[in-house]
Amino acid sequence: MDWTALKLSLELGFLTVLALLPIGVLVGRWLAHSHFSGRDVVEAIIALPLVLPPTVFGYYLLVSFGQASPLGQFWQAMTGRPLVFTFEGLLIASIIFNLPFAIQPMQRSFEAIAPEIREAAACCGMGWWETLRRIDLPLAWPGILTAMVLSFAHTLGEFGIVLMVGGSIPGETKTIAISIYDRVQAFDDASAWTMSLVLLAVSLVTIALTYAASRRIGRRLG
Amino acid sequence: MPPPGASVAGWGEIMQGLAIRLAQESPIPLDVTLSCRPGELLALVGPSGSGKSTILRSIAGLYRPQTAHIVCDGEIWADSTTGRDVPTRLRRIGLVPQSYALFPHLTARENVLAAIREEPAVDADRRADEFLALVNLKGLEGRRPAELSGGQQQRVAVARALARNPRVLLLDEPFSAVDKMTRGRLYQELAGLRTKLAMPVILVTHDLDEALMLADTLCLLHRGSILQTGAPLEVLQRPATVEAARLVGQRNIFPARVAGHDPDKGITRLDWRERPLEVRLQSRWKPGADIAWLIPPSKVILHRRDRQSRGEAENPVQGTITSLIALGDTIISAVKLDRAERRELTFHVPRHVAERNRVALGEHVGLSLLAEAIHLMPAAEPRGRRS
Repeated sequence: MDWTALKLSLELGFLTVLALLPIGVLVGRWLAHSHFSGRDVVEAIIALPLVLPPTVFGYYLLVSFGQASPLGQFWQAMTGRPLVFTFEGLLIASIIFNLPFAIQPMQRSFEAIAPEIREAAACCGMGWWETLRRIDLPLAWPGILTAMVLSFAHTLGEFGIVLMVGGSIPGETKTIAISIYDRVQAFDDASAWTMSLVLLAVSLVTIALTYAASRRIGRRLG
Repeated sequence: MPPPGASVAGWGEIMQGLAIRLAQESPIPLDVTLSCRPGELLALVGPSGSGKSTILRSIAGLYRPQTAHIVCDGEIWADSTTGRDVPTRLRRIGLVPQSYALFPHLTARENVLAAIREEPAVDADRRADEFLALVNLKGLEGRRPAELSGGQQQRVAVARALARNPRVLLLDEPFSAVDKMTRGRLYQELAGLRTKLAMPVILVTHDLDEALMLADTLCLLHRGSILQTGAPLEVLQRPATVEAARLVGQRNIFPARVAGHDPDKGITRLDWRERPLEVRLQSRWKPGADIAWLIPPSKVILHRRDRQSRGEAENPVQGTITSLIALGDTIISAVKLDRAERRELTFHVPRHVAERNRVALGEHVGLSLLAEAIHLMPAAEPRGRRS
């Protein structure tokens, strides 16, 4: 059992979700309520990680994060560390490939709020922030929770992109999914079995918790 | 009422209440100028697609027509010539939408609280309960919308609209989603509430009876234009045009020609397909002019079979009954008139009178058209001419 890998994966998952929460809320709400001509394009770009093979996606990230890329150089200059094969690089990659998992459920739940409700909020004198805090967030909460759980579970399980961008550096980029693969390659079936079971349990528990929470919120809103 | 076409900008200083002018060609044609004084209830009435809800939404700032001038209590909310457009949240309007749009996750009290601004929390709580008490919801403050009946939800929506301390109260078909019994009670409550309100109230409805019961002024809309504005009963019984008459449900509309006036007797004589007709003096129509006239079905009097009465001399006509519909204690009947009138004449008769006079399908009956109730209109009005 590779505890370091599990800890790394959980850390990556939590930080990814933390970063995606505001991004998902803002972008999801924006896409749900505004109508502009380029909307389809924006939505398509966000959905890209859903359809692109992870290795292809990972390859592009690797190229754009690399020492030769402007982004890689900028990061190196700012932090003194490279972006590829580091935890930070992995985190940024993780945020990017989780965008559709975070944004889409949030967008759907913001869209589900009747326009009259939002108009009523405006008639009550509520501004942008107050409407978000008092009306949109409480009503869209199940979708936001689902988005967070999906992103978390997806981060734990992602393999191809992690391997491309992060490699397999213990304590830095070797996530539990990579570690399982590693153990299988080394014919260490017992460890692979245990870690897979842990991953399965974590996924099952988080999903079950979300469903229970959504149902309770759904009942409350009747 | 400002003259049609006048710029609203100049009214700002003098206007108390609401004055609007909206115009656009598409997608929803609009061409209206109207005003509403503090305390006045103005009903916007028209068929669906007449633009009445769009007008309401424009006042609220939820819809932006190409040309808009909206002034409320001297404050310019919208002026398309200067580009001024106050956002909804700063307009201080109380809106009761058709669906009520209550916040489903908040209790009745929290819904009302959401509209109370700039008050300390303790006072706000008390104020919210006062507004709920005002609409007879004492004791239900802690319930969520899903735990309230349709009528109770409507009351919460009204309380929330009032809690905004609005400069104008906008009611968008607020009675359409409740059953008939509840509606009757809500009418009474609104009528009672109105005496306590000092702001202009605009009610959108397609129900003429509702407007008749609640409104001070009725504004009849068709395809985004005002056909007629006036006291509800006036608009209903004396529509300005044939189009307006049809919209208010008048069915007895016939063409005729003005034969002459007799001011001494107080009558105007008509020539209705070679049949003389005496009507209330309406001397603004020139002799020889082609006009249309109407008579409300309740002003067509059935002649008695057993004995003649003096009233029968008044515009007598004969015809054959072609349809009978019982509506409670009233029978609605249509008659095919003798001689060359194509259109049928509809009349209302109390059930007991109908029974005593053996009114039945195919029977030949005599009727009198009450001269006092006959109203004259222009023969034909091109659509959408008025502004």
